[in-house]
Amino acid sequence: MNDKVKIDKTRRNLVVATSVVGGAATVGAAVPFVASMLPSERARAAGAPVEVDLSRLAPGELGVYEWRGKPVWVIRRTKEMIDSLQAVVPNLTDPESKSSNQPQYAENQHRSSKPDIMVMEGVCTHLGCSPQLKTAEAKAEMGGDWVGGFYCPCHGSKFDYAGRVFRGAPAPTNLVVPPYTFVSESTLVIGEDKESKGA
Amino acid sequence: MASRLQALWGWFDSRMPSAAEQWRIHASEYYAPKNFNFWYYFGSLAMLVLGIQIVSGIFLTMHYKPDANLAFGSVEYIMREVPGGWILRYIHSTGASAFFIVVYLHMFRALLYGSHKQPRELVWIFGVLIYLTLMGEAFFGYLLPWGQMSYWGAQVIVNLFGTVPFVGTALAEWIRGDYVVSDATLNRFFALHVIAFPLVLLGLVVAHLLALHDVGSNNPDGVEIKKAKGADGRPLDGIPFHPYYTVKDILGAVVFLAIFAFIMFFVPEMGGYFIEHNNFIPADPLKTPQHIAPVWYFTPYYSILRAVPPIGFESLGIAPSQFPGVLVMGISVIVLFFLPWLDRSPVKSIRYRGGVYKAWLAVFVVVFVLLGYLGVKPTTVWGQFGFNAFFLDTKEVATWVARICTIIYFLFFFLMPWYTSRDKVKPVPERVTV
Repeated sequence: MNDKVKIDKTRRNLVVATSVVGGAATVGAAVPFVASMLPSERARAAGAPVEVDLSRLAPGELGVYEWRGKPVWVIRRTKEMIDSLQAVVPNLTDPESKSSNQPQYAENQHRSSKPDIMVMEGVCTHLGCSPQLKTAEAKAEMGGDWVGGFYCPCHGSKFDYAGRVFRGAPAPTNLVVPPYTFVSESTLVIGEDKESKGA
Repeated sequence: MASRLQALWGWFDSRMPSAAEQWRIHASEYYAPKNFNFWYYFGSLAMLVLGIQIVSGIFLTMHYKPDANLAFGSVEYIMREVPGGWILRYIHSTGASAFFIVVYLHMFRALLYGSHKQPRELVWIFGVLIYLTLMGEAFFGYLLPWGQMSYWGAQVIVNLFGTVPFVGTALAEWIRGDYVVSDATLNRFFALHVIAFPLVLLGLVVAHLLALHDVGSNNPDGVEIKKAKGADGRPLDGIPFHPYYTVKDILGAVVFLAIFAFIMFFVPEMGGYFIEHNNFIPADPLKTPQHIAPVWYFTPYYSILRAVPPIGFESLGIAPSQFPGVLVMGISVIVLFFLPWLDRSPVKSIRYRGGVYKAWLAVFVVVFVLLGYLGVKPTTVWGQFGFNAFFLDTKEVATWVARICTIIYFLFFFLMPWYTSRDKVKPVPERVTV
């Protein structure tokens, strides 16, 4: 800047002030645009609980139900399936489900409030693919020591019948157990439990 | 008649002289080195494909419906009932793959002849930005047919953002506009695909070309033609872009279009590489296909992602997370921006570089292709090692190879300052050789 040019400080301060206010207004104007991309009220409301009729589920059978757009699995585990949960413990990343996500009543070895009825989200904790049921018969494909469970086709994560992830798999934690409650001996409600009702 | 036309042109030119001026600056008096070879077709071909994609895209938009209930059906409607609709769709889907083929070759040309080096760093940076935008554009576009691969591919990629510590879940929900990939996601991807990203792409292409034309084109010898100018101030080794290179590029375009048409008419799906087979099944949010993989042009990076195991620190209470893998994958693309400064070689062109760079570049190409190949296959593709406790802790041969390749990929860049500055180089001639 040339020394001879006299700067009108008042004008320059006004220019700076106008720019700052204009900049702030631009940032403020961006808020509704960014906010418009968040889940809408309709998407938020779509998370209504889902009722499941358990009497139609044979032992060993897997039922898939849609809750909040995600597949939720309900499996009536046989005695062999429940027994396999103990056998696989040494090969699991998180056998106690300490760093995994489940309601308190499912924080046990079989990860369910009733040992035979397993409820979990069929969404891999790795990158969201839906794993597939591979029973103990699938030894040819899954290896000789396979006792049954789930296999994610996307990146090869393996889970046992309680959704607990096997060591060496890309999935970091066990499959998520959603809140659920039994309204009668044969009717299950996914997405709602005593805790959430109380709240 | 001629004088009438001349008068009309005079009328126009006196009112807007910048039109003729721009033509001179960027075409008739833009002096390009006279020794361009085969590798110099891919820049103009990339522009041609961009044009093809924009035109075919506009016409597809006239029939396509961005609605989760209607999208899959509307694509089938385009294929079966819109007159010539199948041509439009296959032009667009073949064009997407062609775009990446051309861009990869164009980028490889830079690695060959040092086109990223001083003074063309900005040309390179704009180029990498174009590449990134193109990846986004292709990703958004792949969701639109709403097939199984569209759906689950988007699910996986959006969940990559979900692995970011603390804000990940909220970020992924913001991107999807829902808790899972849904109608909201499809609608916004449509908006981004047909207007937002194409606009950015066009802007970046303009910036790429302006930056190039300000410093001038590189050439297979890596000699600056502006250093040797004639009495008229024009580079002695330069020839006007128009008509010399416009004519040359037309030849390239004709050959390219012939190959393009062959693919489009006879192998539009390219055996499941250009359009994956599972994408002819409507999206089913409850069922993941047996094997999912991204389209071929993303698979090198996908392989890198898959090669990194989840990492956590149980002693610090940090649960294992895929985030390190996502980070490594991100770095594998971002590192490209730094190439002009990683490359410390005193010469540009591979013709005058030493054997060390040539060897590294050859290994890099092999590694990149291998990662790309492994990315389309399941990790079990090459079976398992018969023995355990191999280093890099995996029994799967393919995962092991992918990990080695990932390491080499990064060594190519991170060791570059060291091996390029030490490499024995040959003397560079004063003028270009033809």
